Amino acid sequence: MYAEFGETGGTAASGGVDLETNRSLQALAAALRARALPWIRDVVPALCGIAVHFDPYHAELPAPMLPYFESLLQEAFKSASKFEDTGRTVDVPVCYDQVFGLDLPEVSKRTSVAVPEIVKRHTGNQHLVLMVGFSPGQPYIGGLDARLSVPRRATPRILMPAGSVAIANAQTAVYPYETPGGWSIIGRTPLRVFDPARDPASLFAPGDRVRFFAIPRTEFEKLK
Amino acid sequence: MSLRIVRPGLLTTVQDRGRFGLQHLGVVPCGAMDAVALELANGLVGNPGDAAVLEITLLGPEIAFECDALVALCGAEFGATHAGRALPLNRPVLMEKNSNLKTGRATLGSRAYLAVAGGIALPPVLGSRSTYLPASFGGLQGRALRAGDRLPLIDNVSALSLKRYQSLSSQKEAAGLRSVAWSAPALTLPEREPIVIHAMEGRHHAHFDAAARRAFFDATWRVMPDSNRMGFRMAGPALAREQAVEILSEPACLGTVQVPANGLPIALMADHQTTGGYPKIAEIAAADVPRLAQLAPGGTVQFARCTLEQAGELRRVLRQRMDAALRSLAWAYRK
Repeated sequence: MYAEFGETGGTAASGGVDLETNRSLQALAAALRARALPWIRDVVPALCGIAVHFDPYHAELPAPMLPYFESLLQEAFKSASKFEDTGRTVDVPVCYDQVFGLDLPEVSKRTSVAVPEIVKRHTGNQHLVLMVGFSPGQPYIGGLDARLSVPRRATPRILMPAGSVAIANAQTAVYPYETPGGWSIIGRTPLRVFDPARDPASLFAPGDRVRFFAIPRTEFEKLK
Repeated sequence: MSLRIVRPGLLTTVQDRGRFGLQHLGVVPCGAMDAVALELANGLVGNPGDAAVLEITLLGPEIAFECDALVALCGAEFGATHAGRALPLNRPVLMEKNSNLKTGRATLGSRAYLAVAGGIALPPVLGSRSTYLPASFGGLQGRALRAGDRLPLIDNVSALSLKRYQSLSSQKEAAGLRSVAWSAPALTLPEREPIVIHAMEGRHHAHFDAAARRAFFDATWRVMPDSNRMGFRMAGPALAREQAVEILSEPACLGTVQVPANGLPIALMADHQTTGGYPKIAEIAAADVPRLAQLAPGGTVQFARCTLEQAGELRRVLRQRMDAALRSLAWAYRK
C-alpha cells in the first residue's frame, strides 16, 4: 500500500512483519536500485515497508511526483525478481555470560525458559536480517524462537554497551554503538558491527542469514 | 594551505551536503543543518556543491588563516570580525595569510557556514566529509574541532574560484576588506518569532486524538535545550494518541516529526536516525527545514498545515531565489 512520505521521499507499507513481505520488499529495493535513477538518494527496505528518499532539488526530478512515484513502485514491483537472499551467512560469536547478558534472569523468568535453554534456542535457530537501521549497521534480525519472545522493557536502559545482543518481540538486535535502548540484553559479541574503514563497513546487510554461536568469556576477550 | 583553529567555539564541525546511498545500512545522512546557507556559501566562493565547509554553532570559533583564501560566511550572524573590522556576510571576501577570523555569540539564527575556495581537504568517509558525532566518523576524526586543529584546504580550486580570487586580489585595499559591493540575501534566518514552518500531515496523524491534531497546528512550540543535530525537541502541549498501537520501526526522513510516549514532538534533523518506531504526526516541507535549523534553543515555532503541492511550490520558489542570488553575484563581478 502506497503512502506519501513528506516531500523528499515516498514510502509503502504493509500491515505487519512477516518473512514473505520482508523478502519481497528487499527484492523491490534491488529492482529500484537497478534503475539507477539520478535523483534517488536512498532506497531503504524496512521491516514491513520501504522508503525512497530523493533529492528534492534534482533537475531531472519528475513532476508531479506522486503519480510518478506510484507507477515507479508498481513497475519495479512487477519487474522485481523473486527474492534471493544475499547468499551470505554471518556467523556471530556471542558470549552469553551473565556479566554481558544483563537481562538473562529476567527473560528466563518471563518466558519460564532456563538460561542454558535460552542460549540453546537462540543459537539453534537460523535467523534472517530483516532491516538495518536506526544507527549505522544496527541489524533487526528475525527468526527468534517463539518461546523467547518478550516485549520491550518498560523502562529503557540509558546505556546498552556496544556489541550487546538483545531481544524483543520476535527479533534480535546487535548494537553497534553504546546507545539507550529498551530491548533485553542476553549477551555480547566481540565483533565490530560497523567500521567505516572496513569494506564492507557493515557486518550485516538486509537479507543476510545469521547464525549465533556461544563462546566462553576467555574466547570473547581473545576476539575483542 | 590550511586553516588553524585558535578557539573552537561551542560546536564547530566539518560538514558537506551529506552522506547518501547507505541509509539501508543504517548510515545516517548528516550534512549541513542549513543546506541553503551551505549551498550559498559554496556558490559564492565558486566551489562545487559537494565541497566541505565549517558548520559553526551558537558560539563561534576563532580561525587563523595560514594562507590567502577566498571565503564566504553565510547563515546565522555571529558578529564576525577580521583585523578588527566587521566581516561582511553572504559575499565572497579575501582573507589574507596570517590573519584571524573571529566570531562571537550568534545574535540572529544559530548556525553559520564558512566556505573556503577549494573546500576542506579531509578524506571522505563512505562518500562524504560530513562529521557524524555519535559514531565518531567523517570530518576530522569524527569529532568537533578543537583548539590547535589544522584543516588542510584543497589547493586545486575551480576556475570560477580562481577568477573571483584574482579579481579581489587585484583590488586596491580601500577602507574595508577586499570583497564585492554586493551580498546574497539571507534566506533562512528567523526574523520574527514564532517562525512559521509548513508541514504536511504525517503517516500517523489520524492516530492522534482530536485535541492533539488541533494542538499541533495551533500551539506555539519552543525548541528545548536538549535539541541537537539529530532532532529538535519541542516543548508545548503533550499530544495524546487515540489508541496506543505499537508501531513497527519504519523509515524516517529529514523533517519527520515524531511523537514519543511523553507526547512532545521531535523534528528529525540532519543526523536523524534512518528508521524509528514512534508515530509520525507531520512531515516538514523540505524548503522549511533549513529555516527550522536556524532556530536556537528557546526559539519558538508554529506549524502551518500545507499540502504536498504547496510544499513543492515553496521549494520551487526557494530554488529560484537561490539561483537568482548566485546569478546576480556573477553580475557584481562583471562590473
